[in-house]
Amino acid sequence: MTQKITGAEILMKALLDEGVKTLFGYPGGAIMPVYDALYDYRDRLNHILVRHEQAAAHAAEGFARVSGQTGVCLVTSGPGATNTITGIADAMMDSTPIVVITGQVGTQMLGSDAFQECDVVDITQPITKWAYQIRSAKDVAWAVHRAFYIAGSGRPGPVVLDFAKNAQLEMAEYVHGNIDFIRSYVPVPATAKSSIIQAADMINAAKRPLVLVGQGVELGNAVDELRAFLEKAGLPAGCTIHGLSALPSDHPLNVGMLGMHGSLGSNKKTQECDLLIAVGMRFDDRITGKLETYARQAKKIHFDIDPAEINKNVEVELAVLGDCKQTLPAVTALLKEAEHTEWRESFREWDALEQQRVIEPQIHPAEGPLKMGEVVRRVSELTGDKAVMVTDVGQNQMMAARYFRFTQRRSVVTSGGMGTMGYGLPAAIGATFGAPDRTVCLFLGDGGLQMTIEELGTIMEQQSPVKIVLLNNNYLGNVRQWQQLFFRHRYSFTPMMNPDYEKIAQAYDIPVRTVTDRADLDEAIREMIGTPGPFLLQAAVMEEDNVMPMCCPGHDVDDMILTSEELSH
Amino acid sequence: MTGNHSTSPHTPAPAPAEKQPAGNDTKLFTIIVFSENLAGVLNSVTNVFTRRQLNIESLNVSASAYEHIHRYTITTYTDERTIRTVVKQLEKKIDVLHAQYFTNDEIFIMDQALYKIATAKLVENREISKAIRLHDGKIVEVNSTYAIISKEGLPEETLALYEKLKSFDCLLQYVSSGVVAVTKSLREPLAEFLYLREEERRAMEKPLDL
Ligand SMILES: Cc1ncc(C[n+]2csc(CCOP(=O)(O)OP(=O)(O)O)c2C)c(N)n1
Ligand SMILES: [Mg+2]
Repeated sequence: MTQKITGAEILMKALLDEGVKTLFGYPGGAIMPVYDALYDYRDRLNHILVRHEQAAAHAAEGFARVSGQTGVCLVTSGPGATNTITGIADAMMDSTPIVVITGQVGTQMLGSDAFQECDVVDITQPITKWAYQIRSAKDVAWAVHRAFYIAGSGRPGPVVLDFAKNAQLEMAEYVHGNIDFIRSYVPVPATAKSSIIQAADMINAAKRPLVLVGQGVELGNAVDELRAFLEKAGLPAGCTIHGLSALPSDHPLNVGMLGMHGSLGSNKKTQECDLLIAVGMRFDDRITGKLETYARQAKKIHFDIDPAEINKNVEVELAVLGDCKQTLPAVTALLKEAEHTEWRESFREWDALEQQRVIEPQIHPAEGPLKMGEVVRRVSELTGDKAVMVTDVGQNQMMAARYFRFTQRRSVVTSGGMGTMGYGLPAAIGATFGAPDRTVCLFLGDGGLQMTIEELGTIMEQQSPVKIVLLNNNYLGNVRQWQQLFFRHRYSFTPMMNPDYEKIAQAYDIPVRTVTDRADLDEAIREMIGTPGPFLLQAAVMEEDNVMPMCCPGHDVDDMILTSEELSH
Repeated sequence: MTGNHSTSPHTPAPAPAEKQPAGNDTKLFTIIVFSENLAGVLNSVTNVFTRRQLNIESLNVSASAYEHIHRYTITTYTDERTIRTVVKQLEKKIDVLHAQYFTNDEIFIMDQALYKIATAKLVENREISKAIRLHDGKIVEVNSTYAIISKEGLPEETLALYEKLKSFDCLLQYVSSGVVAVTKSLREPLAEFLYLREEERRAMEKPLDL
């Protein structure tokens, strides 16, 4: 007969059974029994004490994004729980598997406005795949196993377990096990054989095909399958921001990032292709520009694991439901070999124009202050294009996405759907635990760093080897850019008064260097990479630079400006 | 997906063309949803409608013919494209088993209404009892203060009696149950779904998790 243990200890055992080794958290009253149980499991469960619960959620996201495993965070009730909301919503938008365990007051006090009581399940229900309140110790194992199955399967996402204090203290038996079947939940929809055949027919008949690569390819571990698919039929492919590392940046079929600040070629050709093939992406408005005119001329195929994405934003002729790890090779087998040489050549004139007008001035400026693009590109090159790129949100994010180069899968950690400032620093911490053998480079702005700057404390304690590249422009640059372009230069509350970041880094005992001159850039980056553990490299970049090219809001996706002057008319 | 995303300020753009709640192709849809009997499902079901700015005209939740399975009958005005997405978003909820939408010709629907009227007016104006008879209403209770009339029928029928009684200025209370509906189709999609899932579970030798 199995021995009875507390609900809190059952949680420990269930986490271990789920393969959890790392969790990010912050203790408090309503989760104390769990923290007490954790004390005896420190040898098996590595708990990272963050400095704010929002960071626990983002760190769990960063961990999940690079490792492919579910990230875990553990917080107390009330304010501890509400502090995680931004991270939960972020994970929902970006399909990131995390399990958030929140403490809760005892069930006999629920609904009485008890100290630090908060209706976490109802608050998080719309921003989770599943939110559940554990009210008895008997429920713990079931709920935990169910949570991990739901978070990690199908289209991944966040799960919240709200753990009532009495359930943490009560005794029950733990039976080892897991769950991988829920009657009401079909994680991977069945693939219609006919859709495979029809997709192949449509692709074989296409003269000007264009593939849109999304994060689904990474989530489905289908990077090789995608490559075989593209290469057999000579299909040029653009990537969403989350899809950037699903295809090597220098692959001859890679035509660059899609959307608002994407490559000129991929956006121009979206409006010229005769077949658009979306794989694991969701036609976000930052990709499509004006929806009514988006790729009107093209037939469309949508490969996705989530039936609710089909025809949600863009209506398609054909849906290929299922796991792209299976559907892509099934279609590939039926494809005729093709090159589409002329069509692929036709991207070149736009590439050349973008190279000359936008990219060169950004990565090889002859004079003037440092530019974000050149800093990003040199960091990428000096890490052999093999590092994990973490970003915050803003110009720093777009510049990183545009100028970092990828050769390894699972190398993009960014807040795409929510655009959460403050994501970068904690997500990078999580990434160092999720990919301990890789270099983790974080690009962030002076605004975003200050949103979760307290996590320098976590970095100090853990000695997390985050290579922090602060692209300091003394502005909330992305908003300033929009003010310049669309609000007549009225810089309403976007100039940023900054602290002395060197002193801040020193206070946290983090090696730091500021680079202002182009001549020092390489050496500064080398010092950062060569220094074991964390490093803060502050690059004093041009203050009023803009991310270009740009598809302005409300415009057709191929209607891109190359410089801000073009908008002056 | 770029820029600083949804949180950036933006120039006022024209409203998206697809969101026209009262457009031409707007009609009344009935959605039938089956879910596991777990806490919180009702919230997550109604949330799908709120997010899409759909007003729920009526909502009825009850037990279904299957143990531990709840049945929701929801009516809303919208267009076919929106309702298609809504149904998929409903089915996506972990504890929802099956969701489907119907137009009025595909289902048999019934509404139950109660009307409380002032007895004095009823006695005073003979047209009132005539109207009740004409509309097939049943007087189920009368006392010196009020009378209660009950009527079941299509929503437009229960509504018609409401309008009529209102015109006599005798109505004290009115309540309608909201429609319940059964499909006219020869197939039972929920039964098929449960059967398929049970087959899959057996084939995979998985334990039952409801
Ligand atoms: C939490 C949050 N608040 C506000 C915004 C709106 N916003 C988007 S980008 C941006 C400016 C970011 O400034 P900074 O971090 O310095 O980055 P930069 O654009 O200068 O590179 C702001 C305020 C946001 N995305 N997230
Ligand atoms: Mg800035």
